[in-house]
Amino acid sequence: MSVVKVDSVTKTFARGNVTALENIDLELEPGEFVSLIGPSGCGKSTLLRIIGDLTPPSSGTVTVNGKPARQARNDGDYGIVFQDSVLFDWRTVSKNIALPLEMLGWDRDRRKARVEEMLDLVELRGFADHHPWQLSGGMQQRVSIARALAFEPALLLMDEPFGALDEMTRERLNLELLSIWEKLGSTVVFVTHSISEAVFLSTRVVVMSPRPGRIAGIVPIDMPFPRTVETREDPRFFELVTKVRELLRKRGEHLLPEEAAELL
Amino acid sequence: MLRRVFTVAAAVLALIGFWELYRWIWTTTGWTWPFVVDDTSMPHVWTIFKAFGQPTQVNQPALITILFHKSLFTGKEALVGFAVGAVVGFAIGIALAHSRLLQRGFLPYIVASQTIPILAIAPMVVVWVNPKLPGPLQGWGAVAVIASYLTFFPVTINTLRGLRSADPRALELMRTYAASRWTVLWKLRVPASLPYVFAALKLAATASVVGAIIGELPSGLQDGLGGAIINFNQYYSFEPQELWATNVVAAALGILFFLAVVGAERIVVRRAPENVA
Amino acid sequence: MIKQVREWAPALVVFALVIAVWEGSISAFHIQQFLLPRPSDIVKTFWTARHTLWPAGWYTFKEALGGFFIGSALGVVVATIIGRFKGVGTAILPIAIAANAVPIIAFAPIAGAWFGEVSPHSKSAIAAVLCFLPVMVNTLRGLQSANPRQIELMRSYAASELAIWRRVRVPTALPFLFTALKVASVLAMIGAIVGEYFGGAFNALGVLINSDAQIFDFVTAWAGILVASLLGLALYGAVAGTERLVVRWAPDTRDT
Repeated sequence: MSVVKVDSVTKTFARGNVTALENIDLELEPGEFVSLIGPSGCGKSTLLRIIGDLTPPSSGTVTVNGKPARQARNDGDYGIVFQDSVLFDWRTVSKNIALPLEMLGWDRDRRKARVEEMLDLVELRGFADHHPWQLSGGMQQRVSIARALAFEPALLLMDEPFGALDEMTRERLNLELLSIWEKLGSTVVFVTHSISEAVFLSTRVVVMSPRPGRIAGIVPIDMPFPRTVETREDPRFFELVTKVRELLRKRGEHLLPEEAAELL
Repeated sequence: MLRRVFTVAAAVLALIGFWELYRWIWTTTGWTWPFVVDDTSMPHVWTIFKAFGQPTQVNQPALITILFHKSLFTGKEALVGFAVGAVVGFAIGIALAHSRLLQRGFLPYIVASQTIPILAIAPMVVVWVNPKLPGPLQGWGAVAVIASYLTFFPVTINTLRGLRSADPRALELMRTYAASRWTVLWKLRVPASLPYVFAALKLAATASVVGAIIGELPSGLQDGLGGAIINFNQYYSFEPQELWATNVVAAALGILFFLAVVGAERIVVRRAPENVA
Repeated sequence: MIKQVREWAPALVVFALVIAVWEGSISAFHIQQFLLPRPSDIVKTFWTARHTLWPAGWYTFKEALGGFFIGSALGVVVATIIGRFKGVGTAILPIAIAANAVPIIAFAPIAGAWFGEVSPHSKSAIAAVLCFLPVMVNTLRGLQSANPRQIELMRSYAASELAIWRRVRVPTALPFLFTALKVASVLAMIGAIVGEYFGGAFNALGVLINSDAQIFDFVTAWAGILVASLLGLALYGAVAGTERLVVRWAPDTRDT
């Protein structure tokens, strides 16, 4: 049974004048790591939000874990990570991670135990009582990930979580994310701008094209797990990156010159 | 714009409605907390309104004429006080922005100066300043000084913040042009400080009116709103509506000054101020 | 430690200099006691007249404190109520800001008529009215400035409106509230003293300062002003101290 089923979803804004998404069909199996990639305006973030019931589709349905998206949100079936770490300034790192657990009504001891587990998972043990402003951008994002995973959701939605970080931190966090994913066996929907990141992390890459937002193609990534630093130097990696790039270019007739240059 | 006028009108009507409702409830039930409500303590809105058209004494002009002239007098004091206070505040702000030492030395006192109740100092200022002023400025000139005392503080503090708010990268750019401190000040810092300065001027506008009224109280000047307040206070038990009418006029004066600054901001900054009104 | 000293040294130097110049020029230029008393005389009177001045200060301070609490509490309550209805909040804000332009002191004699000219309640009322607006406006702004991403995050947890309020809007509003409370703390004392100008108990500070000024006893008047000023600063300090404890995360109160 699929974890996420997106059925003929269309999303328009400005009273129908702007079509962000048109007839999107997508199915995700449990345990997949799926990236959504495309130029600005292709609707990938919007699609993510629709899956998370943070915004309604104009038509079409979304089913998560066999339930309508709204129900899934009410049942706490997914965790979300934004590009901006969105931590609460007034809470310590531990309390930030504990936030969803408080919302779910877990008792104090259980919360404490889980927070410690998560701190170990993202390797921030010594920073439990720090405040967000005392941490670097990369560390803040790790806290954000720890928070999203704290209640072990089956589904993890990530909106360009590493977009604001430098490339070295980004590559390191990619490895950490993969190891966490393998340990927990969650399903991940990952929005990104970076072709190499998408190919490195995913089991499938969904390429989207803009105006109106459509799925241009899906590239299955048949490289083995666990993926390591060496994977990025594998010839198969380059082949797949090229494939994704060509799909983007072909369907990107509407690309602006600077976006086109970026993909070349 | 029309929407804004509509909201204001609605608010005024709501206020009047609330007033009359409160009055009605308290007079019917006879409650004495927080204070006794009757025609003296809370005259009808209509009575206050009518009072504007009536003379206060036989063969005198109508109240509204009297209050109008008094507000011109107080307005004059407030305007001069505002201008002086704003200029002085701006200058001090510039001086402090350029010297950390001056800042650390004087800022605490500038802040502390606002805890001194000017009403208490007012009589001394009046006695002190008046003899030093040229003839025609005497009397109201001292009050203008008091008004400027209340005005300079918000302007100083905000000018300081505003001047220091310039983007550090823009400052670096100016350095690559080997720009002098003076140039940097007028081409970069001052424009950057405008939103802050206008925020302060809005506060200062009010403060200058308050300062002018307070300054008039101990100085014995009859010609301004302060004098009117003292006067009508004495007759409050007989003609409460006159004191209320004075309040309305004082409020109008304060709001007028405030709106004038808002208007000036629109012109100078040439885009809608983010901070509403 | 050295950093602290460096922060405060210039202010202390200025203080010492001003006092020295003040004291010196009075003697040197034979300025009349009448216009500007010596600082040493003021301090002396501050001490010698303490049996009248200090209790008077405390009396007025209590009026100010009462007004401060009532006005601020009302401000918070009204802001909370208005903040629930988004449309009302954005409509009211400009009006409230304009209302701040009304010279409240014109209201002082009316407060006297309502609560009794001599009664401390009328002075508390004035202080309360002065404190109400800045607290209300700032609290409302704070409640409205919650980070929309944080609210989205809470929605992903299917949080109720109340939970969002408690966990996001209120903590975001706290720094704004404290800024307003600092302003209100200074206004409260001034409001009480201005109110006393229109009549107050014999043992109230404002009344004392006023009567001293009227009989040209400026030394005692200044000593009284010193008392008022110190008390105003004390209240401000108390609020600022509380802010440091409660709002440790705000940019202005961080230790870094």
